[in-house]
Amino acid sequence: MPDAAGHFGAYGGRFIAETLMEPIYQLEQAYNSLKNDPKFQAEFDYDLKHYVGRPSPLYFAERLTRELGGAKIFLKREDLNHTGAHKINNTIGQAILAKHMGKTRIIAETGAGQHGVASATIAARLGLECVVYMGAEDVKRQAPNVFRMKLLGATVVPVHSGSKTLKDALNEAMRDWVTNVDNTFYIIGTVAGPHPYPAMVRDFQSVIGREARQQILEQDGRLPDALVACVGGGSNAIGLFHPFLADESVAIYGVEAAGSGISTGKHAAPLTAGKSGVLHGNRTYLMEDDNGQIIETHSISAGLDYPGVGPEHSWLKDLGRAQYVAVTDAQAMEGFHTLTRKEGIIPALESSHAMAYVMELAPKMPKDQSIIMCLSGRGDKDINTIARLEGITL
Amino acid sequence: MSRIAACFQALQAQGKTALIPYVTAGDPHPSITVPLMHQMVEAGASIIELGVPFSDPMADGPTIQLAHERSLVHNTSLTDILAMVKEFRQTNQTTPVVLMGYLNPIEMMGYEAFAKAAQAAGVDGVLTVDLPPEEGKEVLPLFKTHGLDPIFLVAPTTPAHRMQAIAEAASGFIYYVSLKGVTGANTLDTAEVAARLKQMREYTQLPLGVGFGIKDAATAKAVGQVADAVVVGSALIKQVEATPDDHTAIIKNISGLLASMRSALDA
Ligand SMILES: Cc1ncc(COP(=O)(O)O)c(C=O)c1O
Repeated sequence: MPDAAGHFGAYGGRFIAETLMEPIYQLEQAYNSLKNDPKFQAEFDYDLKHYVGRPSPLYFAERLTRELGGAKIFLKREDLNHTGAHKINNTIGQAILAKHMGKTRIIAETGAGQHGVASATIAARLGLECVVYMGAEDVKRQAPNVFRMKLLGATVVPVHSGSKTLKDALNEAMRDWVTNVDNTFYIIGTVAGPHPYPAMVRDFQSVIGREARQQILEQDGRLPDALVACVGGGSNAIGLFHPFLADESVAIYGVEAAGSGISTGKHAAPLTAGKSGVLHGNRTYLMEDDNGQIIETHSISAGLDYPGVGPEHSWLKDLGRAQYVAVTDAQAMEGFHTLTRKEGIIPALESSHAMAYVMELAPKMPKDQSIIMCLSGRGDKDINTIARLEGITL
Repeated sequence: MSRIAACFQALQAQGKTALIPYVTAGDPHPSITVPLMHQMVEAGASIIELGVPFSDPMADGPTIQLAHERSLVHNTSLTDILAMVKEFRQTNQTTPVVLMGYLNPIEMMGYEAFAKAAQAAGVDGVLTVDLPPEEGKEVLPLFKTHGLDPIFLVAPTTPAHRMQAIAEAASGFIYYVSLKGVTGANTLDTAEVAARLKQMREYTQLPLGVGFGIKDAATAKAVGQVADAVVVGSALIKQVEATPDDHTAIIKNISGLLASMRSALDA
């Protein structure tokens, strides 16, 4: 999966304007010819090791495990990567590809700012011009990351259209790409967009699951019983899940943002409460109204505040291979504080959603079983948001 | 013969170029759309392209994006728009109407339900910006069996082999996007457009329209010399932007601009 045209069953595909079709085919060709090229893989692996700091540890959270009283909890520490999240894995892969294709300018969309920072970082290192589109709402709530991007030399363009969040940033990045397609490479930050992006980003992020699989076998002597990851577009989740898909004994849980609660309608959980539709170049589960208009999402976490989801997740949901659940803003805050206080690890608000579900799941599992949770990023970027929510002035 | 084919045949007999205005249905208010359509016909429109607003118009520039937003304030739906076309058809059975929009509202209605309803309302063609022929295996045959011409865009980035595939999937006319970029972008190179149209001629007998970047009588005339049809959108919508609360002025200004293009094309 996917098939040659990028379909994961009924999902995925290439639903884009004609101007982008040929550039997308060129990208696909370039990626196909590079992905099996040992030189490209060696360059990618070298950067992951020496620049990102991989492999990231698989950390046994002993105290948390004891407190919850159930399955052993292992954290895949993507928060320890350079720039503080899993996003950099994908960014490096795509930037090497951009360089091979002779592109001199990269653009990116960002929600939480982690993908924007990762893109700005790699652009600084490779000497590429970098423009990052970010919803005006997110520019406000992720101010530290906006400043980091600017320090790195990127231009941050606030997007004022629509809901002023991630989906609108993606629309605007697409418009830039259509206009500047000759010299510009669009680094999409998650497993969304037209084929080959969902498959390509998955391939770059699968290093998470490949490492985790080997690490748990070394540390625990057996495969995990469950995997848990938060799902915005779904890149950290698919990165962890993909290398375990054939291991049928491993239960897979993707955690969406339930915002104020699914029943309130104010959430960002298309797999839990959405319908199939077409947005941003692929067919997938979406949050949409009866007229097929995309509806505004709500989440405390900018990185999960997206009305769609990578098409492979839609396919895994329909197959029943993965289960998708949702946790509220309030639960995520509890997850945030729990991990911070019990393990001395300040998680990103996105990853705090995964944590909240682990807190629900672990106590129901026997002590000899294990869970791997993807700790997709660190929480430094979120401290302003947390302080504001708790009425604290910094 | 389809209304679109008949329209081009009649124009050709008179040695005329088709003038195709694009407006977003329901912008700035649903009540303006049907009267505006009639007035555009009066002013010389040959075919009307009616935009179906979408919350995420990725291929459109700021002008048309805002038009979609103004329309969606009133929750203008695909069903509402089909009702507008039906109303228009009560007094106009000749001017072809093409719906232009994104796939998701059509998916939501259901391909077959949409095709039937569009045919019943008197729609002639459907241009789905984010539906390349590759993804149309299910919906395009339904369009055809319901008498709807699938209209496709050809872009400056489209290579010859794709032109051929598009020509095979298309009917009615083919729409050449004269610029890279989104709708409403600037500058237009007519020599380049002419060269591309010539290349497209190798693959199709269908009329060739040109759009993106046509803003006044002069640009319309220049493009009209090489194309079978001239499509104008953002320039008209700017007239809505200018006086969003004054429907009379909107209709007058859009018709005025179209009339000036019509006379430049006919001169
Ligand atoms: C730390 C972190 N985790 C998760 C996400 C969500 O993205 P995805 O679902 O693609 O992993 C983001 C996105 O910004 C993020 O910054």
